Amino acid sequence: MNELDELAQCLGQGQTKRVADLTQQLLDKGVGPQRILNEGLIAGMAVVGEKMRSGEMYLPEVLQAASGMQASLRLLKPYLVKEGAQPLGKILLGTVKGDMHDIGKNLVGIMLQGAGFEIVDLGLNVPPQKFIEAITDHTPAIVGLSAMLTTTMLNMKTTIDAIGAAGLRSQVKVIVGGAPVSQKFAEEIGADGYARDAVLAVDKVKQLLGVSAQG
Amino acid sequence: MKKNFTQLSVKTASDLAFGKAPKPITCGFALRLGSGQVYPELNFTLPMMTLDKAHWAAVVSHYEEIGEMVRRASKRLHLPGLMIEFELLPPMTEHPEWGAEITSILQRHLRLAHEESGLSCALRVTPTDIRDVTRPPELRSGKAWDAVRQSFDSCAAAGADLLSIESVGGKEVCDEAMLYGDMEGVVFALGVLAPRDVEFLWNEIVAICSEHKIIPGGDSACGFANTAMQLASQGMLPEVFAAIVRAASAVRSLVAYECGAVGPSKDCAYEGPILKAITGTPISMEGKSASCAHFSPVGNVAAAMCDLWSNESVQNIRLLSGSAPEAFLELLAYDCRLFNKAIESGTEQTYQKLLVDSDIYESPQALVLSPDSTFRIASAIVKEPTHYRKTAAASREAVAIIRQAIDDGKLQLAERESHWLERIHSSLEALPQHEEDLVGAMSDQYGRLYTPRSYGL
Ligand code: B1M
Repeated sequence: MNELDELAQCLGQGQTKRVADLTQQLLDKGVGPQRILNEGLIAGMAVVGEKMRSGEMYLPEVLQAASGMQASLRLLKPYLVKEGAQPLGKILLGTVKGDMHDIGKNLVGIMLQGAGFEIVDLGLNVPPQKFIEAITDHTPAIVGLSAMLTTTMLNMKTTIDAIGAAGLRSQVKVIVGGAPVSQKFAEEIGADGYARDAVLAVDKVKQLLGVSAQG
Repeated sequence: MKKNFTQLSVKTASDLAFGKAPKPITCGFALRLGSGQVYPELNFTLPMMTLDKAHWAAVVSHYEEIGEMVRRASKRLHLPGLMIEFELLPPMTEHPEWGAEITSILQRHLRLAHEESGLSCALRVTPTDIRDVTRPPELRSGKAWDAVRQSFDSCAAAGADLLSIESVGGKEVCDEAMLYGDMEGVVFALGVLAPRDVEFLWNEIVAICSEHKIIPGGDSACGFANTAMQLASQGMLPEVFAAIVRAASAVRSLVAYECGAVGPSKDCAYEGPILKAITGTPISMEGKSASCAHFSPVGNVAAAMCDLWSNESVQNIRLLSGSAPEAFLELLAYDCRLFNKAIESGTEQTYQKLLVDSDIYESPQALVLSPDSTFRIASAIVKEPTHYRKTAAASREAVAIIRQAIDDGKLQLAERESHWLERIHSSLEALPQHEEDLVGAMSDQYGRLYTPRSYGL
C-alpha cells in the first residue's frame, strides 16, 4: 500500500494522530499538497461517506475521521495557500427564519465539511437579509436552507426571492432540505436542488458544482 | 415544596397497566384519567402556510374547522372521552395573544361538545420553548423567556385545562455529545444541566397553574431522546445509544413532577412509563398511530402502559376519507376501544403481553420501554440521591437490560451495535462518583456551548 492509500485508510479508521504524522511525512518527501488532499484526504472521506451510506459507519466515527482531516488540513493549509490551490467550494448554511430545528442542518454541514467543502454556518432562525449579507461577504458557491416546520418552509421561498431581488441569485445555487420538504416543493420555490438527508446533500452539492464523486 | 420520589408507585412490573394509574386525575370537562379507561389524545397542526398577522384569518379558520370536526366526529365515533392537544407554533408563543386566541377557540368547541353530547374532554396546551433562539441559550431571562412565561399565563387564562412543554435546557450540549457519541457528555447534559432547567421552568409553570386552578401536565425529553431516536433511524447513531439516552432522559422529565406536575405526561415523552412507575401519574403515549408525525421502532410496546393514546401531530389537510385529523381521530378511537374492551373483559394483561411481545425484541429502543424494563429502570432511579446519579443509574440499568437480553439469546444485535454497547458501558463505568468532578471536566469540553448562569451554576 502506498502512503497516500495508507493516509486514506487511517483517516477512515479515525487514527487522528497517525493521519497527521503521515501528512507530515508525505510533505517532507515532497509530495504535493493538492495530491495529498485529493488522493489521501478526500479519497479517504469518500470511503467514509460510502460506509455511512451503506450503514457500516455511524456519525461519531465519521466525525472522528473528520477531525483527522482537520488535523491534516492544518498542516497542508500553508502549502495549499502558497500554491494558490482552490478549495472545493464554499457553502453557506442556515435554518430559515422562525425555525429552531438545527440538528439536521448541522449534520449536513458536517458531512459537507468532511467531503472537503468550506462551511459558513449562519445558525438557526436566519432572516433573508442575513443570508443576503453573508452571500456578499463570503461569496459562497451554494446556499443551503433547512426548514422543519410546515409554517416555516415557505420562508425558504421568501429567502430565495429575496436573494433574487438583491441581484445575487445568479451567483449562487440553492439547495433545500428538512422533514416537510420535497423535490417537488424545491422545484416550485425555484431552488436548484433538494436532498432528503445529509449524505445525499453531499451528492447534490457535488452534482451542482460539477465535482466528481471522488472529489 | 419539592417532592423526592424515593420509592415506586407500583409493587411489581405487572402493576403497570394501560388505562390505570395509581394516582388518577380529573381535568377539563370531567375527563378522568388513569382510572380504568384509555382515551384518545388528538394532536394536529397547520399545513404548509405562512403564519403571520397577514395570514391570521386563515390560521384561525383551520383551528375552527378542527374544533367543529372534533364535535362531529366524537359523536360519530361514540367517544367516551377525549383529550386534544394544541401545540403552539413558534410565532404563537412569541405573540402570546395569538396562542391564547386559538386556545379559546378550541376550548369553546370542547365546551360545546360537552354540552351537546356529554363528552368528557380536556384541552392540553403546549407553548413552544423558544428560549434557544440564541446560542448559547439564555434560559432564565430575556425576551424569549418573557414570551414563554406570558404564553403559559395567557393560554391558562384563555381556557387551557392543562399545560405542558417540550423543554430544551441542556439540549445545546446534548446535541453535540450525541453527534460525537460521547455518553459522558450526554449524562452531563441530561443529569446535570437539564434537571436544573426543568426545575426552574416547572416551578414557574406550577405556580401559573395553581393561580388559574388548572393542571400542570408534564414535560417531554423530545429534544433529547426523540432526536436520538431519529438519528438512529437515519443510521447516524447506534440504536443502543438511542435506547440508553431514552432511559437517561427520564430523570430530567421526572423533575417536573418533583416540582408539582401531576400528569398526564406529554405524548412524545416516550419515557412516560418510567415516570408512571415512579410517580403513579397517568401518561400519554404515542407509537404506531403517530407515524403521520415520525417513524419509530417502538410501535406497540409504547401502548402497553398508556392512559392517553396519541397521534403526536398531523397536518390539517384533506385525505380521501376526510380531514387528516379526523382520520387519525378515528384510528385512535378504534385503538382505544380495543384497550377498553380488554379492560372490561378482564383480558388486559393478555392484550398488554401481545403488545409487548409483538415488538420488544425488534429494537433495543423498544426493549427498554417494556413493563419489566421500565420497572427496573425506575427502581434504579429512585435508589439514587441526586439527579446526576439517577441519570447515570438509569443509563447503566438500560445497558444491563440490553446485555441480558443478548445473553438470553432474545435480542440480536449487529456486531457494530454490540461494540457500541460495550463502549457506552465503559464510559458509564468511568463516570466520576461526584457531580462536581464531572462538571469540571465537561465545562472544559462543552463550556463554549452553554451559559452557566442559565443553570444557576
Ligand atoms: C441545505 O440542504 C439540506 C439538505 C438536507 C437537510 C437539510 C438541509 N436540513 C435537513 N435535512 C435532512 O438531512 C438531515 C440529516 O440527515 C435531516 O434532518 P432532520 O432534522 O430531519 O433529522 C434530524 C437528524 C433528526 N430529527 C429531529 O431531530 C427532528 C425530530 C422531531 C421529532 C422533532 C424534534 C426532535 C424536536 N422538535 Co419539533 N420535531 C419534529 C420532528 C419530527 C420529524 N418528523 O422530523 C417536528 C418537525 N417538530 C414539530 C413541532 C410542532 C415543534 N418542534 C419543536 C421543538 C422540537 C425540539 C426542540 C423539542 C426537538 C429538537 C429538534 C432539533 N434537535 O433540531 C417546536 C418548534 C421549535 C422551533 N422553534 O422551531 C414545536 C413547534 C413543538 C412545540 N410546541 O414546542 C412538528 C412539526 C409540525 C409542523 N407544523 O410542521 C414535528 C413534525 C413533530 C411533531 N410534533 O409531529 C433531513 O431532514
